[in-house]
Amino acid sequence: MSLQRRPFFALVLAGLGLLGASSAFADSALDTIAAKRSIAIAIPTDFPPYGFVGTDMAPQGLDVDMARLVAARLGATVELVPVTSANRIAYLQTHKADLVISTLGKNPEREKVIDFTAAYSPFFQAVFAPRAMVLKSPAELAGKTIGVTRGAIEDLELTKIAPAGADIKRFEDNNATVSAFVSGQVQVIATGASVAGNMMARNPQLGAEFKLLLKDSPNFIGVAKGDDKLRLKVNEIIASARASGEIDKLCVKWLGRPAGDLPN
Amino acid sequence: MVQLDFAAVLADWPLLLRGAALTLALTAVAAVLGVGAGIACARARTHGPPAVRALAAAYVELVRNTPFIVQLFFIFFGLPSLGLRLSSEAASVIAMTLNLGAYAAEIVRAGIDATPRGQLEAARSLAMTERQVFLRVVLPPSLGRVWPAMVSQIVIVMLGSAVCGQIAAQELSYSANLIMSRNFRSFEANFVAAGLYLAMAVLLRQALAWAGPRWLFGRAAPTRS
Repeated sequence: MSLQRRPFFALVLAGLGLLGASSAFADSALDTIAAKRSIAIAIPTDFPPYGFVGTDMAPQGLDVDMARLVAARLGATVELVPVTSANRIAYLQTHKADLVISTLGKNPEREKVIDFTAAYSPFFQAVFAPRAMVLKSPAELAGKTIGVTRGAIEDLELTKIAPAGADIKRFEDNNATVSAFVSGQVQVIATGASVAGNMMARNPQLGAEFKLLLKDSPNFIGVAKGDDKLRLKVNEIIASARASGEIDKLCVKWLGRPAGDLPN
Repeated sequence: MVQLDFAAVLADWPLLLRGAALTLALTAVAAVLGVGAGIACARARTHGPPAVRALAAAYVELVRNTPFIVQLFFIFFGLPSLGLRLSSEAASVIAMTLNLGAYAAEIVRAGIDATPRGQLEAARSLAMTERQVFLRVVLPPSLGRVWPAMVSQIVIVMLGSAVCGQIAAQELSYSANLIMSRNFRSFEANFVAAGLYLAMAVLLRQALAWAGPRWLFGRAAPTRS
């Protein structure tokens, strides 16, 4: 038995060793970006108008344009890394991406594991349901099935305010959450304003409308924990792009309104 | 830099336990129904009239040549537009049963095909009906011959149930993903989930290897052809 076990433990130890080794080059991604003249930026592809795949199969949207802007200011070519709401933080933690520009909201749990730059675009999460449904307070969510994307800000906010009797169904990504609502698998959907807007425009038969505000949460750019050099550099880029009106231009292009007030 | 914190994941043990329990429950139901469906389908493919044979073949080919997750999404997201709305768990069990049924059909068919002609002739010369021949002479030793392959397939289906979390069935990988999205301990959560799956797979394999000869095809059944 012990003979059989040994290779398994050796394998585990080797795995842990690799994990330790990966931390050796965690100084600042800015140096590697400057050296390689290329930057890996995580963007959404299931989140119009922030990030989605167009008919030409190329990613586009506000976050994608923002990624290109940041990369251009850093003098690097951009390598777009498609991520989902659930895995975008893991991509940053494991250095598969240098920056996450993926409608990332800021909260204390996330601040424990990654760092945030200044905000670059506005956003809010809310609960949506058919017009016929009476839903004026969180307590009325009791006895209803609510679809939400696991790990997204709206999941955390909904979990906080939902009464014990609410049946929260958590899906892997926004497509699955929206599909669940459109196909009637859930009665209520908690999601970002942009996803809901897009869903309601394409499915007028649902008669869905805004019910409850979950959170006003502007989007921030995520950088690896402790990488202040890169974070300050990106902050500079955001500040100058806001001053020059470039960010307002992006917001008008994709959201139909200027950026408004954004926190630093 | 990287510090492992398994306590953060193990603190959610009730969630993991509930997930593991649902995974086992889904697997148990799918295994019983799926093996049953597989036997019926194998019988249809080997002994049925041409139309039934074609139907069974179409089912087997359709399921074996499409990804499990597509079958699952079709049942959960697709069927509601035909008016059939199923819960996450019901959709998961049906998808797993259909999937296992198709593979089990081919496994059982291999066992049936390996039945020595002499046994069939002996049974028929004793004036047994076709039904008796199948249930008493052909099927039990066939199952005995292919049982290891069948056990493997059931374990594969159990491991495959990890994608049922995608439609919000709260099985083990759903629990692990939920913990991950709460505390971002992805390595630890995946490690713990993998350990639980490993333990469940080993136990399931042993339980089935023990149960098969006792309840399904008899200990005395010849396992050689």
